This record gives sequence, structure tokens and C-alpha cells, in this order.
Amino acid sequence: MNSLVEWISQPWPWYVAGPIIGLMVPLHLILLNRTFGISSTFRHVCAACIPSKLDFLNYDWKAESWNLVFAVGILIGSFLAAAYFSTGEPIALSEAAVARMQEFGIQDMSGQHPADIFSWDHIGEWRTLLFVILGGFLVGFGTRYAGGCTSGHAIMGLSHFQLPSFVAVLGFFTGGLIMSWLILPLILS
Amino acid sequence: MKNTIALILGSLFGLILVKAEVLSWFRIQEMFAFQSFHMYGIIGSAIAVGALSVWLIRTFKVKSLEGNLIELNDKAPRYTSAYVGGTVFGLGWAMTGACPGPMYALIGSGTTIMVLAVVAGVLGVLTYAALRDKLPH
Repeated sequence: MNSLVEWISQPWPWYVAGPIIGLMVPLHLILLNRTFGISSTFRHVCAACIPSKLDFLNYDWKAESWNLVFAVGILIGSFLAAAYFSTGEPIALSEAAVARMQEFGIQDMSGQHPADIFSWDHIGEWRTLLFVILGGFLVGFGTRYAGGCTSGHAIMGLSHFQLPSFVAVLGFFTGGLIMSWLILPLILS
Repeated sequence: MKNTIALILGSLFGLILVKAEVLSWFRIQEMFAFQSFHMYGIIGSAIAVGALSVWLIRTFKVKSLEGNLIELNDKAPRYTSAYVGGTVFGLGWAMTGACPGPMYALIGSGTTIMVLAVVAGVLGVLTYAALRDKLPH
């Protein structure tokens, strides 16, 4: 038993994690008869919590409440992973990535996210507000405009060869590359 | 029943997001800088398994747990919104280092400030809902 826990506690390589993530597609289809996707949960929360007369938010979100329960599951699973099945070791980034982070002035690479940006201790700093709040806003707006995120478009959509999903993934990388190469260096320097 | 299954699947998904480091801002930057195969391997093998599963489900006309034939609707053929919206999402993805699934997983695993990213994301949906008629799709 201990050795099993030890084994699970190691970071999982891509060829273990990727296929299990891929299994979310048939598990959703067979067990739930629904397609895999997570960004819709933002829409359901919006429809449930913010009363409005907007057409886009007036639909039977309760019929999709399973999707919100799935998100609650993510909270539970990630909590258990971090609390009980983790070595606490820093992420094994490539040397090139570590060097680039240092160029950006990021010293603390011990956590999942840079603690000098993504923590409540830095909530008063414009940089933190920009990364968390503007970033979150763009994710919410962009996923609804595009009709899906990494799970709904990249994994679910490409799994059944949807051209709009392919176009959306090209967009994901257009935005990601612009941010990572052009805008982040300006913000962080 | 549906909710129990969703809770279990979600928990498994949350566990993987942490264990495979998919939720890490560092991993996302590494991906966009093409400095590691890790994220590409994960997304690529996930799509391969997903595509094979869809093919098997269609070929053998697999039924859902409730006994219905599984239907897979095509995504709406709206390419402008897919590309422009996708680009907006990509900007946010590289900024927060997280797409929606990992945002929840970050909250669960201790980076609780991401609650604010989710709240901002919900306001992003509200803004889209208000502007929807004026945006090109």
C-alpha cells in the first residue's frame, strides 16, 4: 500500500496522464451522454448567479448542473492530490525554461504557480491584479466567444475532427504566443 | 446518478491535472516557448485516445448508460468567433497559466487566489452575453 501511494505521489509522465485525460471523452459520452467540456461551467455560474434579460444567459442551466458537479469534483480531486499524493518537489522544468524564468526575474519556482505573483500576499500589486483578474476575464470572454476551451475544443472537438475546433486551437496558440513572447516580457521586466 | 458519476469523473480529472502539472503556470510558459514536450505529449495523446474512442463508439454504435444511442453534434461552423475568441482565450491562458479546468484545480490544491480569476471569468461571460449581437461570428 505504501509503495502504491509513493508511486502515485510522483509526478506523472505525459504518456500516463495524457491518455487518462483522453478517456474523459468516452467516459462523458457513455456514462453521462454529454460531451466533455469545462468552460461552460462559467456560463452556468453566470446564468445562475447574475439575473439578467440577456438571451445568452436565459436557458435551463439546471439541466447542465452535472457540469457544475464535475467542477466540484475537480476541487476535491486536486485537494486530495496536493494534500495526500504529492512529493512537494518543485516542477521539473526544462533547463531552458528555468533560464527564461530567471530572465523574467522570477526566482521562486518552488510551487505550481509563481508565488511572487499568484498569492494573496501580493493582492495589492498591479501585476497580480493584471495576471489574475484581466487574465481570468479574457479566459471567460474568449472561451464563450470561441465556444469552448482546451477541453471542449482541443480535446473533445479535435477527437471528432471538428474544423471550428481546429480553427479555435489555432486561435489559442495565436493568443498564447503573443502573450508569452511579446506582452509578458514587457510586464515582467 | 448523473451527479455521482460527474463528481467521480471530476475528482479523477482534478487529480490528474495536479499530478501531470498541467495546472502550472511554469508548464504553460514552457509550452508556449517550445521548451519541453511535456504539454504537447499530454494534449496530443489525449486527443489520440479521444479520437480512437469516438471512432470505436461510432463504429460499434455504443449506447450510453441510460440506453440511448450516443449522439455527437457538430460544432457550429462559425470560424471568425472560433479564431478571434480563441485568440482572446489564448491571451488569458498564457497570462493566468490556466484554462478553466486548471483554475478549479489550482483553487483545490492551494493557489486560492485563482477564485478571483474564476469570478473575473464569469464576468467575462456576462460581458460576452451583453455584446454578443454586436460581435462578428
